[in-house]
Amino acid sequence: MLLIGAEDEEKWLAEGIAGVQHNAFYLHRALDSNNLRDALKYSAQMLSELRTSKLSPQKYYELYMRAFDELRILEMFFKDESKHGVSVVDLYELVQHAGNILPRLYLLCTVGSVYIKSKEAPAKELLQDLVEMCHGVQHPIRGLFLRSYLAQISRDKLLDIGSDYEGDADTVMDAVEFILENFTEMNKLWVRMQLEGPGRVREKREKERSALQELVGKNLHVLSQIEGVDLEIYKETVLPRVLEQVVNCKDDLSQYYLMDCIIQVFPDEYHLQTLEMLLAACPQVQPTVDIKTVLSRLMDRLSKYAASSADVLTEFLQVEAFTKLSNAIEKVIEVQVDMPAVGAITLYVSLLTFTLRVHPDRLDYVDQVLGACVKKLSSIPKLEDSRATKQVVALLSAPLEKYNDTVTALKISNYPRVMDHLDNGTNKVMAMVIIESIMKNNTCISTADKVEVLFELIKGLIKDLDSATDELDEEDFKDEQNSVAKLIHMLYNNEPEEMLKIICIVWKHTMAGGPKRLPFTVPSLVFSALRLVRQLQGQEGDIVGEEVPATPKKIFQLLSQMIEALSAVPSPELALRLYLQCAEAANGCDLEYVAYEFFTQVFVLYEEEIANSKAQVTAIHLIIGALQRMNVFSVENRDTLTHKTTGYSARLLKKPDQCRAVYACSHLFWVDGQDGIRDGERVLLCLKRALRIANAAQQMASIARDSSGPVTLFVEILNKYLYYFEKGNKQITAAAIQHLIELINTEMQGDSATSDAFLASTLRYIQFQKQRGGVMGAKFESIKL
Amino acid sequence: MNFLIGAFKPACNISITFSDGKSRKQVPMKKENGKTIMVSLFQSKESIAGKVSIEPLQGKKIEHLGVKVELLGQIEMYFDRGNFYDFTSLVRELDVPGDIYERKTYPFEFSTVEMPYETYNGANLRLRYVLKVTVSRNYGGSIVEYQDFIVRNYSPPPSINNSIKMEVGIEDCLHIEFEYNKSKYHLKDVIIGKIYFLLVRIKIKNMDLEIRRRESTGSGANTHVETETLAKFELMDGAPVRGESIPIRLFLSPYELTPTYRNINNKFSVKYYLNLVLVDEEDRRYFKQQEIAIYRQQDS
Repeated sequence: MLLIGAEDEEKWLAEGIAGVQHNAFYLHRALDSNNLRDALKYSAQMLSELRTSKLSPQKYYELYMRAFDELRILEMFFKDESKHGVSVVDLYELVQHAGNILPRLYLLCTVGSVYIKSKEAPAKELLQDLVEMCHGVQHPIRGLFLRSYLAQISRDKLLDIGSDYEGDADTVMDAVEFILENFTEMNKLWVRMQLEGPGRVREKREKERSALQELVGKNLHVLSQIEGVDLEIYKETVLPRVLEQVVNCKDDLSQYYLMDCIIQVFPDEYHLQTLEMLLAACPQVQPTVDIKTVLSRLMDRLSKYAASSADVLTEFLQVEAFTKLSNAIEKVIEVQVDMPAVGAITLYVSLLTFTLRVHPDRLDYVDQVLGACVKKLSSIPKLEDSRATKQVVALLSAPLEKYNDTVTALKISNYPRVMDHLDNGTNKVMAMVIIESIMKNNTCISTADKVEVLFELIKGLIKDLDSATDELDEEDFKDEQNSVAKLIHMLYNNEPEEMLKIICIVWKHTMAGGPKRLPFTVPSLVFSALRLVRQLQGQEGDIVGEEVPATPKKIFQLLSQMIEALSAVPSPELALRLYLQCAEAANGCDLEYVAYEFFTQVFVLYEEEIANSKAQVTAIHLIIGALQRMNVFSVENRDTLTHKTTGYSARLLKKPDQCRAVYACSHLFWVDGQDGIRDGERVLLCLKRALRIANAAQQMASIARDSSGPVTLFVEILNKYLYYFEKGNKQITAAAIQHLIELINTEMQGDSATSDAFLASTLRYIQFQKQRGGVMGAKFESIKL
Repeated sequence: MNFLIGAFKPACNISITFSDGKSRKQVPMKKENGKTIMVSLFQSKESIAGKVSIEPLQGKKIEHLGVKVELLGQIEMYFDRGNFYDFTSLVRELDVPGDIYERKTYPFEFSTVEMPYETYNGANLRLRYVLKVTVSRNYGGSIVEYQDFIVRNYSPPPSINNSIKMEVGIEDCLHIEFEYNKSKYHLKDVIIGKIYFLLVRIKIKNMDLEIRRRESTGSGANTHVETETLAKFELMDGAPVRGESIPIRLFLSPYELTPTYRNINNKFSVKYYLNLVLVDEEDRRYFKQQEIAIYRQQDS
């Protein structure tokens, strides 16, 4: 067959339509004059236009529709015996006199439908006859349209018959038999289209065939509409016959379409009850059939059905839907050797989705699905196909989304095994998904075992995987590690013992992560541990004996290990802060030596690692703050530490920094509270020293810049004076304050009299205290402004 | 002018009527001039009775040498024009010589006439039955009038009526098996059957079933055969595949068939054949012809 130009085709179609119209005109005239003879003659001539072989299916359809409309009119005429005076029985014979088969059969179908409706003969026999006679048209397109006409014109009659319960069930079967027969023949014709013509137009032919698929599928649709087709009939007759046809036709297009059609047109309930049969057909289709899509749709439908009502669920259990589906999928994968990995995994995703929707309580099912997937994955090399990995991610994400509780997913033993088959990048993505899920749902992971599993799952984030030398995006890396840090806070158990275990496990894992990750993970872990310490501290009374595994001491040992690990990074500032935190916690636990040890570490770090002057300033202030709150130390130890601190303070690089650090040190000697140290002498010493430094700073400034700096430092010191004065430090006298104010004023005069807001506020405060009266007012009385 | 009219007109009007003419079935018959007239239908061994009435023209008398009516069965070969073979000839004398002055009616009857052959109008011959009334005269020639009638004979259904079943084919190319439900059909019968494709290696375009009539006249070396295709009935459109079975249902009533005639009076035979024709895409024809017998069955 030559490739036909579209233009020619248009021309032929136009000719065909003209032919139909021409004869239709005479047909109408004959009908108007009730002339049966002419009506038959012209209708046959009109239908002869459909004998063309020149049109593509789409064009042929146009022509067919023209003729179809005319035939409906003819049918009305046939129906009315008073018009033509011939009984329908005779009419049925009369139309068979036509010499050309195609017009003959169209007319026969038309009369046949009238005949059925008249009930003058058993519908069964008529239907059987019609469907049998149509065998005469073996040309695929013409045959398909003829049979489609038969289906169309008999449809309403069939629905009547098929739904007529007043008769016996046989009538339903008659209708069913008829449709099945017609369906089978149509499918055969449809498949045969593929074999026609040379191979090079295969693609075109497939397109043409797709255009016709609905003609075939229509039959199934009608079947589904017949009320009389109950489950019994569907199971015993309809489905086996349809499937037989599907399997035997060995045509991929047909198989795919029909399987899908079956799934779409019949009720879910039927599918459920005939699952085995339906699924048994799946492995038998051609390897080129996209059976995974078909199965996915089936499962999708079933799971929606399951969701529709609770009663339905028991049915699912009864028929063991899961087992059947699972077996079917396994078989399909086994049989279709060439199916790409992505196909198999997609199938598993569908099955998993089904399971999660239908049997959310059956974790073992989920596990089973994942297990099967692992089996499949292990039979192929590491996944390279990005679509396949995407599907695996989908597979793994599904349970997380479903359960809202990641813990559940952790129970699935095959989960990590599936993850093993992912490449590093995807593995990380997956790990992130898991973490996000935990965060989103605020899931608390509360046992060591689970933690162990979880970290196994997200190990892509926790440590460098083998040969992971690929360039990492810094930003991504930070995000990932921050997520891990967040995750650590989600690991919590009220039982100290278990909590300690959890911490140990996390530590074990994070330690393996290398210096790059520690700064992110260690703080979380440290604080997590400190929380445990505080918890233990709270219930101290309960802790008796050495048998108790979770004692603060042990935890502190662990903590110091952790922080020490940071030095390898190195990240001294972070370590320093963490040590201070630990020291405070130790303080709370009354563990002097431990606290002292931590401080020692702090100073070591300060001396050896922190060189940056700015960092030093920050560090000093942190140290001062922490030390100030310590109350566990003996005098001796405290002296050592405060001495060290003040020493470091005075040795800071910049004078203002020195000054501030030194006056801050004064607080180390004056602690509010019942048994706080109140060494006024040394406070005064600190403040005086600070003043000296401030003076020096002032002078240095005036020399270096020929202008004296602001008096801020003095005002700050003044504030310290006032603070201690109020607190009742005997060493701080009103005279000293007076003196300081004067000093500041002197300094101010040298300066251009820019009013200093800080100073003004301070002075206003003094004024306020003076006027307040009472004890405090009296105390301030002597200060003159 | 009156006398002139009288000169060219027959001297009398002769009419022949059958006594049961009103109730007897009338069937159409094609005359030589192409016109169709309705004539009475008889069958063998019926009595043929009626009246002949002779009415002289106004005021004339007819002198005659006798009046007779003949029943003739004739076979007329077209290539042998004018020659009739009378296979049946019966005579009834109606009147002795004398004069007829006015309308005169003669009843006649041929009782239980053997008319073994049917009226037939073929391509090369016809078989007819006719009543011939002759008024013999001395001068002016005899006056003759004919009245055709048609004879159809009915057969009982054959006691043995096997189906026709056959497997035919071209090696490695096409093998079919066909079946017609009977070998003997009556005129209003339906041919039911099917064609089963055992092997198809050629692209078939369509398949027809033809009804062919074979009329042979003469005998021996002078045998003349005329074949006509009376029906061309499309059975199948498109190319079947192996295993396909195509139904046949052909109503015979629309076609102008006659029963099969075998060696009628040693003059002719008429036989019918079913011809199954398959046409491939290159318009090659493959066919298989089978004789069927056709008989006339009494309408119930």
